[in-house]
Amino acid sequence: MPDRSPMAPPRSFVWTRRVVLTLLTVFSALPVYVMLSSSLKPLQDVAGTFHWFPERLTLRPYIDMWRTVPLAHYFANSIIVSVGATVCSVVVAIFAAYAVSRYRFKGRRVFTVTVLSTQMFPGILFLLPLFLIYVGVGNATGLALSGSRGGLILTFLTFSLPFSIWMLVGYFDSIPEGLDEAAMVDGCGPLGALFRVVIPASLPGIVAVAIYAFMTAWSEVLFASVMTNDATRTLAVGLRAYATETDVYWNQVMAASLFVSVPVVAGFLLLQRYLVAGLTAGAVK
Amino acid sequence: MTTTAHREAPPGARETGPGAPRRRPFRIPDRVRRGGLPYLLLLPAILLELIVHVIPMVLGVAMSFKELTQFFIREWWKAPWTGWDNYRVVVKVNGPIGHALLSSFLVTCAFTVLAVGLSWLLGTAAAILMQDGFRGRGFLRALFLTPYALPLYASVIVWAFMFQHDNGIVNHVLHDQLHLTGKPTFWLLGDNSFYSLVIVSVWRNWPFAFLVVVAGLQNIPRELYEASAIDGAGIWQQIRRITLPSLRPVNQVLVLVLFLWTFNDFSTPYVLFGQAPPAGGDLVSLHIYQSSFITWNFGEGSAMSVLMLLFLGLVTAVYLLVTSRRRGARA
Repeated sequence: MPDRSPMAPPRSFVWTRRVVLTLLTVFSALPVYVMLSSSLKPLQDVAGTFHWFPERLTLRPYIDMWRTVPLAHYFANSIIVSVGATVCSVVVAIFAAYAVSRYRFKGRRVFTVTVLSTQMFPGILFLLPLFLIYVGVGNATGLALSGSRGGLILTFLTFSLPFSIWMLVGYFDSIPEGLDEAAMVDGCGPLGALFRVVIPASLPGIVAVAIYAFMTAWSEVLFASVMTNDATRTLAVGLRAYATETDVYWNQVMAASLFVSVPVVAGFLLLQRYLVAGLTAGAVK
Repeated sequence: MTTTAHREAPPGARETGPGAPRRRPFRIPDRVRRGGLPYLLLLPAILLELIVHVIPMVLGVAMSFKELTQFFIREWWKAPWTGWDNYRVVVKVNGPIGHALLSSFLVTCAFTVLAVGLSWLLGTAAAILMQDGFRGRGFLRALFLTPYALPLYASVIVWAFMFQHDNGIVNHVLHDQLHLTGKPTFWLLGDNSFYSLVIVSVWRNWPFAFLVVVAGLQNIPRELYEASAIDGAGIWQQIRRITLPSLRPVNQVLVLVLFLWTFNDFSTPYVLFGQAPPAGGDLVSLHIYQSSFITWNFGEGSAMSVLMLLFLGLVTAVYLLVTSRRRGARA
């Protein structure tokens, strides 16, 4: 990031920065600390008054959480659904964004406006119709969409599609068309130019879009709560099972939350500079 | 460079004109490439959008004109048409259903304004304060982005635990340690639930504003700052005169996206409050979900959703009109 000026900032700025960033640090980190510390306490300790520091440390919650709830099963479902949705979404978005970025065709504007405006739709409006469509398709063709992982993949990949296409169009636009043309003169078709020139040159943008698609699918709650059954339940719905009629296993909830968060957060933090680069080149220009 | 030389042989369907027919026997015929290829590339996206977004939405609009109760759910197309009846019930503010929807709508509006405003403010402030390098900046950026990266249900469950009446950290600090309240507060019941919801929503969304503004800052040319520094402008003046105006186009999109996400938010109140949200946390999406799946009256639920969509469309259109005109006027 370019510095604003070569001079040292004045004290008023330095102090504002210190105070604001400290407050934000506490705000951001507090829930993470609570999640970590509570996951290491025995059940009686999380049920009683909160203590900043665990009096007794235990790893039991990390062992028990697998038995209280079929966590491994939910985890596998979430992985399958999220990876499937991400891969499909990225592929579909690349083709669509290439068409929008490189061709002027009839309906181009209608397409981009329609796709972007679907971001505005309240999920609740098409939840039930979509559910009924899936059931209807299932009854008519025997293709199980409702309650299946395939149906979830289909749904989730479409959720991340508008933003992915929009961001990739911006990214592809920033790649000089002379590069495509040079490749085509060298004997590539338009698709050859896409695969050999445009995709390699916009890898950061594609990685950014993939992160976004994965996080969207991994976090979705509304459709996952209606369109899954016991066999296909994802983590978004499954974690609620730690709260029974009588007890909430808070320490196990925290352990499981931490466990399902670590892969996503680690991946996101490793790849966030691509997201910033992708946004810089594409969306915010 | 070669670029100019090959400009006359465009890759395909540039609208610049058909040009002279070229012979490329080993490839897809020109006519198909020019006209068909973009559509072929778009086909998967169009199909998916149709199946998952457009057709269900049209069906949803159709359902809002039907008397779709649990008796018809198996064969919903056989449900009788009722004209505007569902809409009449839903907007009748002195009837119980209309009244509940109106209060849910007002709560959602207040929630959206507060949550979007705070998220934008925190994100912009942090991004601008962190524009210059200092020790620990990379670590802080990672820390600030963590709430956004955490899966929604995991982080909202943690907040639900923190807001617990007996064993939560919030009451422990405010009541046991700082003695600010006479007795422990119920954060997830009654009117306080509104503020709890705003806090959780801001906690989750401000990192997104931060991320987008950080990206936007990188597009501000360095020379602008250098020139103003030579003119003697201090850092506060630079922020006011250069940084904030340059961010205006970024903000236009950012605020709109935050508005749509926040207004449509279902997951945060659903995970925070469970099946029965208190009035202060009864956002419209959750309200519609409740009234559809608890009472099994999907016709009325669809009518509510259509009204919500119309409202969002109207706000978006007005917003884009106003902000674009202002941008045009200043340019």
